[in-house]
Amino acid sequence: MNQSDPGTMKTLGVYLFGQAKKLSLKFKKAPTMKDLMMVYYSEAKSAKITGRKVAWITSGGPVEPLIAMDVIPIYPENHGAMIGASKMGAGLCEKAETMGYSNDLCSYARSDIACATVNGGPIGGLPRPDMLVCCNNICGTVLKWYETQARYFNVPLFILDTPFCHTGYFDEAARYVRSQIDEYIEFIEGVCGKKYDFERLRQVGLLSFEGQKLWQAVLDTAAARPAPMSAFDAFYHLALIVTLRGTKTAVRYYQNLLAQMKDRVARGIGVVPDEKYRLLWDNIPIWPRVRWLSQKFASHNACLVADTYTSAWCGSMKYIDENRFIDSMAEAYTRIYLNIGVDEMAKTVIEMIDKYDVDGLVLHSNRSCKPYSFGQLDIERIVGEQRGIPCLMLEADMVDDRSFSESQIATRIDAFMEIIKERAKSRN
Amino acid sequence: MYSIANLQNIVDNPYPYLQNLKNEKGKKIIGTVCTYAPEEIIHAAGALPVRLFSSEAAIHRADLHLQAYCCSLVRGILEEALADRLDFLDGMVFPHTCDSIQRLSDVWRINLTKTFHADVVLPVKLTTASARQYMIDVLDRFRSDLAGYLGKEITVEDLSSSVKLYNENRSLMEKLYRLRSKHPEVMGGRDYHTIVRAAMIVEREVFRESLEAIVDGLEKKVGSAGPSQAKRLVICGGVCTSPDIYDAIEEAGGVVVGDDLCTGRRYFDVLVDETHPPLEAMADRLIKRAVCPAKHTGITSRADNIIRTVRDSRADGVVFLLLKFCDPHAFDYPYMRDMLEREKIPSLLLEIEDQSQAGGQLQTRLETFVQIL
Repeated sequence: MNQSDPGTMKTLGVYLFGQAKKLSLKFKKAPTMKDLMMVYYSEAKSAKITGRKVAWITSGGPVEPLIAMDVIPIYPENHGAMIGASKMGAGLCEKAETMGYSNDLCSYARSDIACATVNGGPIGGLPRPDMLVCCNNICGTVLKWYETQARYFNVPLFILDTPFCHTGYFDEAARYVRSQIDEYIEFIEGVCGKKYDFERLRQVGLLSFEGQKLWQAVLDTAAARPAPMSAFDAFYHLALIVTLRGTKTAVRYYQNLLAQMKDRVARGIGVVPDEKYRLLWDNIPIWPRVRWLSQKFASHNACLVADTYTSAWCGSMKYIDENRFIDSMAEAYTRIYLNIGVDEMAKTVIEMIDKYDVDGLVLHSNRSCKPYSFGQLDIERIVGEQRGIPCLMLEADMVDDRSFSESQIATRIDAFMEIIKERAKSRN
Repeated sequence: MYSIANLQNIVDNPYPYLQNLKNEKGKKIIGTVCTYAPEEIIHAAGALPVRLFSSEAAIHRADLHLQAYCCSLVRGILEEALADRLDFLDGMVFPHTCDSIQRLSDVWRINLTKTFHADVVLPVKLTTASARQYMIDVLDRFRSDLAGYLGKEITVEDLSSSVKLYNENRSLMEKLYRLRSKHPEVMGGRDYHTIVRAAMIVEREVFRESLEAIVDGLEKKVGSAGPSQAKRLVICGGVCTSPDIYDAIEEAGGVVVGDDLCTGRRYFDVLVDETHPPLEAMADRLIKRAVCPAKHTGITSRADNIIRTVRDSRADGVVFLLLKFCDPHAFDYPYMRDMLEREKIPSLLLEIEDQSQAGGQLQTRLETFVQIL
């Protein structure tokens, strides 16, 4: 190691900080999300020193085969959410526009593509990838985004192509995805330069399944009245089921969280003081405005008790056979919430309306996410016809704050809540 | 047999033409929305595949289903259907391409009267043996679904003869494309555009005869006028439904000598190998043809292709036509522009709406661009 190289010294600093933090967590009963994320990113940023490989992977991509080979998974979408939450989205999106990317494109992609060139954003950029893993089960945008990064970083790109399930999951699609899992494993072996550890993958698969069950159980606690947590809390606690699915860290974290939530339920503690109205959220959060929205709804004694977004990371558990993880993951990853028809999505929304017993539906019409947003107008209509509850559609963007009109949205929320309150009065 | 003027008439008013075929010949009409639609299979079933384009009417019915940040092509097609102007259709085929077409299929299936509805979920990645096998399986499922719906068997012989006809049309289109590239003075861009659009609508047997005669006529014209002095341009983008663009380019002192468009070369690029089993050979053609940005054949395939096209056609520059809200094309633009720059090939970006006519501003930008070439 060249001691005089400031880049290396900085990496060493990050590494030592991460190790110290990790050690300190051993004495902590329930590490916080912030603690765990610090360790995660410092390990990722010092991968050069530890000799571990870094893979960038899409949020819906199968991370378990990477974890089993000790590869550090990095999620540009999670990074996009961090950029949005720290209100750095508009600046980075503008930077992407000067590079030639239309401002109609996905703001996660725009801010990440811009960030890679300047190492900006809340954590000074992501660690350089050794490989890119793109699973198109969430959108076609990720294909274009990962092609862009493959050109920029000049590293191998693996595409896991999960055919869209408009009306079902057909045999030929099942065969195609299953054979790609083998190709994926060969790809990882190639980049890592070592034989694949299938026994380890079996264990990681069990932990992944366990983590998903726990995450679903955490979300389920919000069915209680009052709800011990809201969708806004779920947006925060989601990070581990996305980034560290298949690890003991995630399992322990959600065990603790579940215990806390159960305790709150037992003691009748709601997250919104004096919860009177319960709402369901659809689409990716408006990251720069999560706190504002949370306070806005709470001021009406309304709690967003559940959402279609955070439950997507445990929504296809029904297809997983934990003892045949590698075979069943093909189907589970293909049939996730966004890779299915609008009618099936509407069915899921209605099941959630019933399960969480909500009074209204709030849909974020997200300029950045076409596959999530196109079809929402039909979902809104179907919900109206089948459950008759009021729906509110908010036009905004998940990262780019320039698409958010605060006064207009405040007025619309107030009007929507008036309708909900009137309905509640007439029922009593 | 149709003249260019006849074809122009059909392209401008396709619905009466199609309704007429239905009434008089009992022709089944199947709508498609993408150049990846396996048209040979539809033809082999005795039906007519027809590419749908957006609406010339104002869009308001589609507003109830698709937000304003969906492209005008997808919104326009939905508007036409919701306004009952596509009632002559016996079915719809949605090949998997972009996120917007994907949701258009869902919205269509949920809201419109039930005719044949097929999602041909082709692979997105076209580089592996497993993707090729999947492509063949998907084509075969489509063949069997369509045959079931129409109550007509689609045999290997049916497919082979459709493949042959399609290959003849592709060869003729390629001939026209090369002829115009070499001698752009023989035919204006507007007529070329009409022929490409007609190729996606008109009964393919009649189209073959018509195109044969048109190409023959053009070959005879070569040399009758002096060579074109206009600046040679390649246009690149998705669907172009506005022939005005060609006029605007010509008025600006340019001429289109090559393209990478859905309404252009991507429709007729590469022949199906007639010595192989038809479905396999069709799959191989879909893999080999000039790629749409919603599919993957490599990380620089489209830039490599456009540079090759510029070299082959000895073009002076490239005009990108970017349909607003078309994500796959918008993502490819910056790197393609940069790779062209590295090759010292100038380019111009024009953002268009599907219905838009070429306006004064567009004309000025084209003129400025042509002048610097």
